[in-house]
Amino acid sequence: MNQEETKQINQDRILSEGIERELYDFRDEETDAQFYRMKEGLTEEIVREISEMKHDPEWMLEFRLKSLALYDQIKMPDWGPSIDGLNMDNIAAYVRSRSDMKGSWDEVPEDIKNAFEKLGIPQAERESLAGVGAQYDSELVYHSVREDVAKQGVVYTDMESALTGEYEQMVKDHFMKLVPPTDHKFAALHGAVWSGGSFVYVPKGVKVEIPLQSYFRLNAKGAGQFEHTLIIVDEGADLHFIEGCSAPKYNIANLHAGCVELYVRKNARLRYSTIENWSRNMYNLNTKRAIVEEGGVIEWVSGSFGSHESYLYPTSVLKGEGSHAEFTGVTFAGAGQNLDTGAKMIHIGKNTSSFIDTKSISKGGGISTYRSSVEIRKSAEGSKASVNCGSLMLDSISRSDTIPAVDVRTDKADVGHEAKIGRISDDAVFYLMSRGIPESEARAMIVSGFASPVSKELPLEYAAEMNNLIKMEMEGG
Amino acid sequence: MAEKLVEIENISAGIEEGQILDGVSLQIGPGQTHVLMGPNGAGKSTLGNVLMGNPVYRVSGGRILFDGQDITELGADKRAQLGMFMSFQNPLEVPGLSLEEFIRNAIRQKTGKPIKIFQFKKQLAEAMELLGMDESYAGRDLNVGFSGGEKKKAEILQLLMLRPKFAILDETDSGLDVDAVRTVSKGIEEYQKREEGSLLIITHSTRILESLHVDHAHIIVKGRLVASGGEELVAKVNEEGFEAFS
Ligand SMILES: Nc1ncnc2c1ncn2[C@@H]1O[C@H](COP(=O)(O)OP(=O)(O)O)[C@@H](O)[C@H]1O
Ligand SMILES: [Mg+2]
Repeated sequence: MNQEETKQINQDRILSEGIERELYDFRDEETDAQFYRMKEGLTEEIVREISEMKHDPEWMLEFRLKSLALYDQIKMPDWGPSIDGLNMDNIAAYVRSRSDMKGSWDEVPEDIKNAFEKLGIPQAERESLAGVGAQYDSELVYHSVREDVAKQGVVYTDMESALTGEYEQMVKDHFMKLVPPTDHKFAALHGAVWSGGSFVYVPKGVKVEIPLQSYFRLNAKGAGQFEHTLIIVDEGADLHFIEGCSAPKYNIANLHAGCVELYVRKNARLRYSTIENWSRNMYNLNTKRAIVEEGGVIEWVSGSFGSHESYLYPTSVLKGEGSHAEFTGVTFAGAGQNLDTGAKMIHIGKNTSSFIDTKSISKGGGISTYRSSVEIRKSAEGSKASVNCGSLMLDSISRSDTIPAVDVRTDKADVGHEAKIGRISDDAVFYLMSRGIPESEARAMIVSGFASPVSKELPLEYAAEMNNLIKMEMEGG
Repeated sequence: MAEKLVEIENISAGIEEGQILDGVSLQIGPGQTHVLMGPNGAGKSTLGNVLMGNPVYRVSGGRILFDGQDITELGADKRAQLGMFMSFQNPLEVPGLSLEEFIRNAIRQKTGKPIKIFQFKKQLAEAMELLGMDESYAGRDLNVGFSGGEKKKAEILQLLMLRPKFAILDETDSGLDVDAVRTVSKGIEEYQKREEGSLLIITHSTRILESLHVDHAHIIVKGRLVASGGEELVAKVNEEGFEAFS
């Protein structure tokens, strides 16, 4: 069977099986016997305790304490969605299973294993991934990399192992150098309490043919997840990394303040794909940034679903001459959601190019704000940037805003911008219905089509998952 | 099967701003081809849309039966599933949804069964060849960037693939050059022959009728049917226009 046929069968299966709302919303009670839970709040004592539990090297403890001091000084952001509902005194910064990380799936505790199996994690690994990491609450519970990939010299491990093992120096040289804790309040918070995440190093010239994937599941109630992802793709190397996130529904606030730092060296290429699907009680204040050297390429593919409020603007720093960045993203804001998402491009090197293509969808009174910034420095002569953002509102109570900023400091640059805001067309819905397609299905097809620039960039299973999420959002009240 | 496939009984319909159709009655038997002609703005498309169940139009009186069943209150999707179809005067564009994917979804909705992909592909390729459509169109976004003629061909392609019992063809010939009209007619003939389906052909010209057998013709002016008859009505319109009917 060729790939297209598989794709069709998968799509057909997903469409005909309908939607399993339970898929992401299941939650498991965490008992004291199985889970260690740090008390709520953020104090020096708590930060020291986390550091000790994690067996941090001395410099990391210092780093955490400095970050904490910064956190106390830096103001809350006042330019985006309100985060008044988030009270750090009610958030447990650290929750872990009492079981250690496993390299064998069979050894992962039963309840956690079940959770991931429901999400299809080990299955995906067997079928189409070069390596998998699975984080549950604050710590990785499972990590593995295919033998042939490991033989190529590819390092794929949890951050803690990287920090205490032979890659300590490499981690030290890069950790929060791209996103310093001074960047904003939640970067400082991340620096103080980060835990979990993945470390990837792809050596010079190594092309990893199939993707690596880390999946982050925040199961605990009233907790924070602060995973750190650090990826270094060395000269001429090539990697596709996939990140998936989800959490069950609670009626009190949860916080996700992860940090992703991507180093793309000379002539290297990195594709970073994400499907985030948070529950509606989540404050998603995530920071992602890439720096690209000469001739390198970063490609972001991003699907943002769920959460109560999101601030998310993956940033590409195009430092080297001729480097290139692409961002393709979709955001879906339903009832009670305020999602502020977009991308940021900083052109420093000569003849750099960037391309932003985003789609925002809002429904049921949801607010979707597209916010982007393209900065072309004086040094970036001969650079090109193009921004294309589209919004689709599914009813008259939803909102969509577009805030694109452009700052060009050289006259030898070319910046294009196009924005379209529209509503779903009743005529188009009728057109599809006149072919026998039920109304809800017709609407979902139009919305999936609108979001297709993103799903087309995702591997098959993830594109199917994304279309499924769109259907769930469309049917949800 | 009922003696009449489609029975339009004294239908009045319109939009918020006012009535458009005023007591229209029309019956179409299985396998019959009817023609609906009339000047611009007479209500032809409105009648097609009301038959197909476009919620933009409110039916204020009368009823519609299909195969003996009262469908006046039924949604468009249900009507299609019963075997109705309309080729749109202005087919809509749906970015990101390919023509092929769309047809496949529609067939699956109708049959309620998974599609046999190989067979489907073969039928699609044959139908596209008949209509002189390049195979690359199957993967293109539905009607996006299609010329007027390509859109109409894509409508007839759907007609051939969905195999309805009854199809409304709204101005399928308008804006097409001579060759395209001929190709589209070929598709319609194929439908008549293969499915023995019924047709309501809406047109304000008569070019498309040259190669098709017509059982009945109706003239609509200002929302009312003003004349009904056989093929000779078409000839009369050809010579005298609609003046004689108003
Ligand atoms: N959705 C609509 N909104 C407003 N006016 C409409 C709408 N549909 C039809 N009309 C009006 O009703 C009349 C009949 O239109 P239509 O059925 O499209 O005519 P025809 O197809 O015979 O040219 C015209 O005056 C047209 O402007
Ligand atoms: Mg018309």
